[in-house]
Amino acid sequence: MIEFEMPKPIAQQSYVLQTVAENMMRPVSRYFDEHEHEIPWDYINFMHMAMKATGAGSLAPPEEKKKEGEEAEKKEKRPPIGYQMLAFMLEMLSWGDVGIYLCTPGGGLGAAAVEAAGTPEQKQKFLARFREEKPVFAAMAMTEPHCGSDTSAIRTTAVLDKNTNEWVLNGEKIFVTAGQKSLEESNGFVVVWATIDPSAGRAGMRSFVVEAGTPGVKVTKLEHKLGIRASDTASIVLQDARVPFENILGSPEIQPDTSKGFKGAMATFDATRPLVSATGVGVARATLELVKELLAKQGIEIRYGHPRSKLTNIEREIIDMEVMLRSAWLLVIKAVWMADNRKPNPLEASMAKLRAGDIVTKITQRALELMGPIGYSRDYLLEKWFRDAKITDIYEGTGQINRLVVARNILGYSGRELR
Amino acid sequence: MYSFEPSEEQKMLIDAINRYAVNDLRRKAHDADEEYGYPKEVIDKGWELGVLQASIPETYGGFGEHSVLTGVLAAEEMAYGDFAGTLAVLTPALFALPILACGSEEQKQSYLPPIAEGEWQPFTAACIEPYFDFDLLEMRTTAEQKNGSYLLRGEKTYVPFANEASKMIVYANLEGKTQGFIVERDAPGITIGERQKTMGINALPIYKVSLQDVLVPAEQRLGGPEGHDPTPILASMHLAMAAMAVGVSRAAFEYSRDYAKEREVFGVKVAQKQAIAFMLAEMATEIEAIRLLTWEAAWMVDNQKAEASKQAYLAYIGAMDMAMMVTDRAVQILGGHGYIREHPVELWMRNGRGFAVLTGLGMI
Ligand SMILES: Cc1cc2nc3c(=O)[nH]c(=O)nc-3n(C[C@H](O)[C@H](O)[C@H](O)COP(=O)(O)OP(=O)(O)OC[C@H]3O[C@@H](n4cnc5c(N)ncnc54)[C@H](O)[C@@H]3O)c2cc1C
Ligand SMILES: Cc1cc2nc3c(=O)[nH]c(=O)nc-3n(C[C@H](O)[C@H](O)[C@H](O)COP(=O)(O)OP(=O)(O)OC[C@H]3O[C@@H](n4cnc5c(N)ncnc54)[C@H](O)[C@@H]3O)c2cc1C
Repeated sequence: MIEFEMPKPIAQQSYVLQTVAENMMRPVSRYFDEHEHEIPWDYINFMHMAMKATGAGSLAPPEEKKKEGEEAEKKEKRPPIGYQMLAFMLEMLSWGDVGIYLCTPGGGLGAAAVEAAGTPEQKQKFLARFREEKPVFAAMAMTEPHCGSDTSAIRTTAVLDKNTNEWVLNGEKIFVTAGQKSLEESNGFVVVWATIDPSAGRAGMRSFVVEAGTPGVKVTKLEHKLGIRASDTASIVLQDARVPFENILGSPEIQPDTSKGFKGAMATFDATRPLVSATGVGVARATLELVKELLAKQGIEIRYGHPRSKLTNIEREIIDMEVMLRSAWLLVIKAVWMADNRKPNPLEASMAKLRAGDIVTKITQRALELMGPIGYSRDYLLEKWFRDAKITDIYEGTGQINRLVVARNILGYSGRELR
Repeated sequence: MYSFEPSEEQKMLIDAINRYAVNDLRRKAHDADEEYGYPKEVIDKGWELGVLQASIPETYGGFGEHSVLTGVLAAEEMAYGDFAGTLAVLTPALFALPILACGSEEQKQSYLPPIAEGEWQPFTAACIEPYFDFDLLEMRTTAEQKNGSYLLRGEKTYVPFANEASKMIVYANLEGKTQGFIVERDAPGITIGERQKTMGINALPIYKVSLQDVLVPAEQRLGGPEGHDPTPILASMHLAMAAMAVGVSRAAFEYSRDYAKEREVFGVKVAQKQAIAFMLAEMATEIEAIRLLTWEAAWMVDNQKAEASKQAYLAYIGAMDMAMMVTDRAVQILGGHGYIREHPVELWMRNGRGFAVLTGLGMI
């Protein structure tokens, strides 16, 4: 049955998180925007405590414990909502401040990759640290200076040293979100994508867990950005960096006709793309709410139900924004609902991402035009949200890459047929 | 909970409608457009699917409960076949659904059973008016109270099957509020004008209706002497348009997608050009997004959520833009052939513009 009732646990969670957003994020939004590379420790420590106490917030939803026989019945009663919870959580925290949200401890994309591709032993070994006393971070490093969208072109290599049974990694990664916090500010790790056989193309791609303190791993640069300035974006150089054999995620063998390693990365995206979309939607919602509030203060009311030709430009704009925001959010919910129900969702995940990328940039950009000198001024956060929102259309696959994914899906084309 | 899976019953209904849409409406849409009407059998066959009948409870001669969500699914699927055909099949809903939603018990008892139990008959409604700024909430047709009755005055346009209909609901402005009145087609003061021709929906016969001091007894006011809240009617009109816009857009998207996979340009298929593939990706995304918005609004109406009518309006606004964008692109993707009436995309494009102006011609 088609239903749109927000589940109770999500409603409760949203209530709590809105308080966090209002009290721990909004008041320091401007400060961290103007003090790039300072780390919002108050927020981080608070979230670490809160998440430890409630168990909420890891990017990877908790494994459901399966008991024979019981399972089918349980499923009937309570459909899984782990990814839905996360999407709502990220949306609300990003409504608070998306840059600060990106500093949330708990593993982020790095933990998601381990969760998606790791063995039970690996999960035990690498994920336990997030429940320790101090906040811990993890990151995911795919992008390199010469390639971002074309992930199959990465050049970082991993070679097995048979004498010591270690992988030796060499290469340079850029734009690693939380790379610094993962390697230098906590006992975290970075999941590094590399090739174990440059002649094998996608089939040779694997990811490796590189822990903080590994010799030969260095953060060489922190980027200065248009927005999300509270979040560190790091360059990482790997120079003969040695990691134990068992830090490889997935099989160390190369099967010539499969591209399993690559597919592993793509499968992670099916889960994370809707979540990244959710963060963008949070920024756009913050923007739209503030615009409406500022208009209301001047006594401007939005009339609904009339033909558009009779409305003022402001009304038309606001109504368009509401249509864009809500429809994009519903795509996100559908995509995570599918993930929760183990339905394959690459099409829906990319639809959500491309729509979110489009509409959050449109909404924040048009909001600034509408609000004129007020919007452009740093007295308000609107101009910051304009800058923050843009990243939604770039990382986790640019708008163009997600259009490619959607187009290939609807046309039944391979990557070769539609490049 | 969130869930995006139609119920088994809804799936069966959608399936049946889909077969009708593809095999009957779509196949005859071109000729119906050129010849200004569908053969009676096609309309009758659509009526026998029972979309409206299933919305009317047994006590009033039907066999179901009214669900706007089910209506939205049905309307989308039928319009996937043809917009004008769908409007024709569902014309009696313009009369029955307002009575079901807002009518007095007496009105329901006397008007609904003959519709629900009978064959397709042209019960209709007069809603749209011939002004560029026509507004469902601020009509120019007026209702004035006089000696316990009402006097209706004004000009209506685009009234489906007005020449054949025996009864219609006329919407008028009563002290600033839109109210429905149940009117006999032959009542003194009513003049049915000539059949109107428009850019699209040629297969739907529509007429001008002029009202000059038409006297309507108070008990013929929709809801009885106290009248009614117009909100559910407006929401149903908005959502009918939104759902049909999704159906037409889906048709246009699929047709142009399939064409692009066949047609070769510069040694590759048209669809292998990103300029075209990206358009198709955006069309598919837009349709899915607006479809979900429409579903949610319909669900909100069914569950009496506070902002339901606003949401229905938003869905409609989104749908009207989607339909224009998608149908225009479908023509574009076919190139010169899209402009030729042998292909259906130009008809969909003409119909696509209609969603912005035809609210009031459909209800679900
Ligand atoms: C703040 C920030 C944080 C980031 N965090 C991370 C992270 O944590 N981990 C990580 O691995 N990466 C991260 N990235 C990198 C991000 O994922 C890449 O920037 C993104 O994938 C685009 O790659 P690129 O910058 O190399 O652009 P390019 O791939 O060089 O693309 C340039 C342009 O070409 C377009 N394009 C590329 N291929 C095609 C095609 N086939 N068809 C049509 N158009 C195409 C793109 O859409 C883009 O418009 C981050 C980036 C930023 C800015
Ligand atoms: C009313 C009318 C009058 C006409 N009059 C004349 C006339 O007098 N003389 C005459 O010679 N022709 C005439 N034409 C033909 C007209 O010029 C062609 O229809 C037009 O050039 C498009 O070609 P096509 O229809 O074969 O579309 P196609 O070439 O098949 O194109 C299909 C789609 O693919 C797109 N496409 C094609 N190639 C690429 C590419 N490389 N990259 C991205 N997208 C691409 C197109 O833009 C289009 O959207 C007329 C057409 C019409 C409709």
